[in-house]
Amino acid sequence: MANSTTSASANRPEGAERLSEERREAMRGEPPFVEAPTDDTRLVRALKEAGVTAGLVAVLTLFFFFFRTDIAVGGLNLTVDPKSWIIAVGIAFAGRFLLTYFVFAGERPTIGGWKKVAAASARWPIGKVLGITLLLIALTLPFLLMTLLPGQDRYLLDLSILILTYVMLGWGLNIVVGLAGLLDLGYVAFYAVGAYSFALLATNFDLGFWICLPMAGLFAALWGVMLGFPVLRLRGDYLAIVTLAFGEIIRVVLLNWYDFTGGPNGILGIPKPTLFGLEFSRGEGSFSDFFGLEYSSIQRFVFLYYIILALALLTNFVTMRMRKLPVGRAWEALREDEIACRSLGINTVNVKLTAFATGAMFGGFAGSFFATRQGFISPESFTFIESAIILAIVVLGGLGSQLGVVIASVVMIGGIELLRNLTGLQAIFGAGFDPTQYRMLIFGLAMVLIMVWKPRGLVSTRTPSAIYKEKKTIGADLVAQGEGH
Amino acid sequence: MSVAQQTDNRQAAETLLSVRGVETFYGKIQALRGVDIEVHRGEIVTLIGANGAGKSTLMMTICGNPQARSGQIVYNGQDITNLPTHDIMSMSIAQSPEGRRIFPRMTVIENLQMGAILEDEANFEDDLRKVFTLFPRLKERRGQRGGTLSGGEQQMLAIGRALMSRPKLLLLDEPSLGLAPLVVKQIFEAIRELNTNEGLTVFLVEQNAFHALRLAHRGYVMVNGSITMSGTGRELLAREEVRSAYLEGGAH
Repeated sequence: MANSTTSASANRPEGAERLSEERREAMRGEPPFVEAPTDDTRLVRALKEAGVTAGLVAVLTLFFFFFRTDIAVGGLNLTVDPKSWIIAVGIAFAGRFLLTYFVFAGERPTIGGWKKVAAASARWPIGKVLGITLLLIALTLPFLLMTLLPGQDRYLLDLSILILTYVMLGWGLNIVVGLAGLLDLGYVAFYAVGAYSFALLATNFDLGFWICLPMAGLFAALWGVMLGFPVLRLRGDYLAIVTLAFGEIIRVVLLNWYDFTGGPNGILGIPKPTLFGLEFSRGEGSFSDFFGLEYSSIQRFVFLYYIILALALLTNFVTMRMRKLPVGRAWEALREDEIACRSLGINTVNVKLTAFATGAMFGGFAGSFFATRQGFISPESFTFIESAIILAIVVLGGLGSQLGVVIASVVMIGGIELLRNLTGLQAIFGAGFDPTQYRMLIFGLAMVLIMVWKPRGLVSTRTPSAIYKEKKTIGADLVAQGEGH
Repeated sequence: MSVAQQTDNRQAAETLLSVRGVETFYGKIQALRGVDIEVHRGEIVTLIGANGAGKSTLMMTICGNPQARSGQIVYNGQDITNLPTHDIMSMSIAQSPEGRRIFPRMTVIENLQMGAILEDEANFEDDLRKVFTLFPRLKERRGQRGGTLSGGEQQMLAIGRALMSRPKLLLLDEPSLGLAPLVVKQIFEAIRELNTNEGLTVFLVEQNAFHALRLAHRGYVMVNGSITMSGTGRELLAREEVRSAYLEGGAH
């Protein structure tokens, strides 16, 4: 077991077992070691591969080098030029021979190379690589946009903020629908409760964003419990209908309770978030003034971007942690089989309530962010289509998959935006074609195609939350020799 | 058989579970018509009967879903007749439900973790090792998803999951359902082992009367929602009515 190749993964005992299993999977049917090629076989192999390469080049370049046509009086003049053709073939032969003999065969046979790569990528599963890459891009995105696309940075940053808001909402709903398996068609209600809680607290009591944010989350969670308590005995379709109704009730109340919510006029003048009291505006005591920077309106966008990124990452972090705790495991078990859960002594009502409340809380956070970003909210922003989009993101991404939600958000929200700008389609359909009119149609079609292609969502695999690794007892004599770790 | 002798000595032993005059209804339909059953500490008791006799209903009634309309169920000196299921199941009663009901998308380890969800995490490693010693197949399959296991392995997992909660009383609902004879033998062997080595009390509902009665210390026969016969496993096996009704047809 003390093989040097496994030592890197053994540093992380939790993953070591799975990694070694995955590696075994990847190497299945392959001998564990490939014999180091001797000099003779190396030469033969190099010559053979060089020959094949030269042959291919000879065929492919035959009509480019060997035959040559020049424009001449009365047509084309065909000349034969074997010299440059032979030179090209010769270069290919020599190049391939040198590569094979010294580079490829030196360490490993060329054909075995792919399998090595597959084994190496098993150590770094594609989801993990993609996740880290996306995280790095997300962390540096404002600066990337400002340097690479200075003309469009404001628009693109705004779009990124929108996408991240949906990522966060998707992650929040993923707890309820993806993990706990409770179909919630009224998730926008919690988004609305969060937004209105924040707006009302901020405008009536003159409180700042950072104080109102947790309060808005708590309010939303409270509403989650209040809704959940009576309805969570329902299942499947029935629960979906009740949550759908709840979403509409909230919207109608917001619309008609004129004295409190401002009715259809909404709430104006919601304060912008500050960085430790520094405002993102011109003049004394502002962010740019404090740091001695030149004022630019993009600074506020960058700040908003990082707030929503932090909130979204918090959602993700909490979800990932929860999955490893008993309550999170119970969520997933509940989705699988409710009767089995009860037979294990799990109070299913409580488990559902925690899922509902946690999901609602993150919806509330996202709602207050939405309110502060817009500066104005009205019931129009919280219609059923929002719930549907968020649910579509979760389903499209693959129920329960965190990475899937990110990809689906980018595809859905970014895709809708992209279709707005597809003036290039006018070249195909004529000048009268207005892409914005067809974007929902195109978009719906794309979603149908994706669901046909991947019926269980873009990321349908589920990562186990626990891996068993047996403790090994290591003899002292082995430890002394520096083995057995 | 010495097991039967042991049972006779234990007759006076402490009652762990007692079901008295229990009647259960599904709407207007009466499924149990006054059932009386006693399970003593350290016993294997089996309930046999034909399809639709009410065996599983009794099992579910003990677990509180559905609850008994009349009668009383006492576990370990406590009346559990009207308690909610999750309270009953957290009182050191564990059940391997009908149809196994393992979590198909979760791995074997995660399934076992779910069994121990109400337990102290410090015991997890020990209990896991015990289950793996009892069912080595589960250890081999530990990283595999529950839904991809064979029927026998799933049954082992369901029993293992129940054992992870350190029960005093294990309720098994038709563990032999749909399994090959060899696997049935393995599972019953494991149950016997648990009973003799750890003193686990087992209440077993079975259609496979021959195996169940051979395994059990005592048995009950249920017909149409009431108990018609009871006695030690050997006695019941020897009785003409039992043989003709449950064995001759089944034992080819």
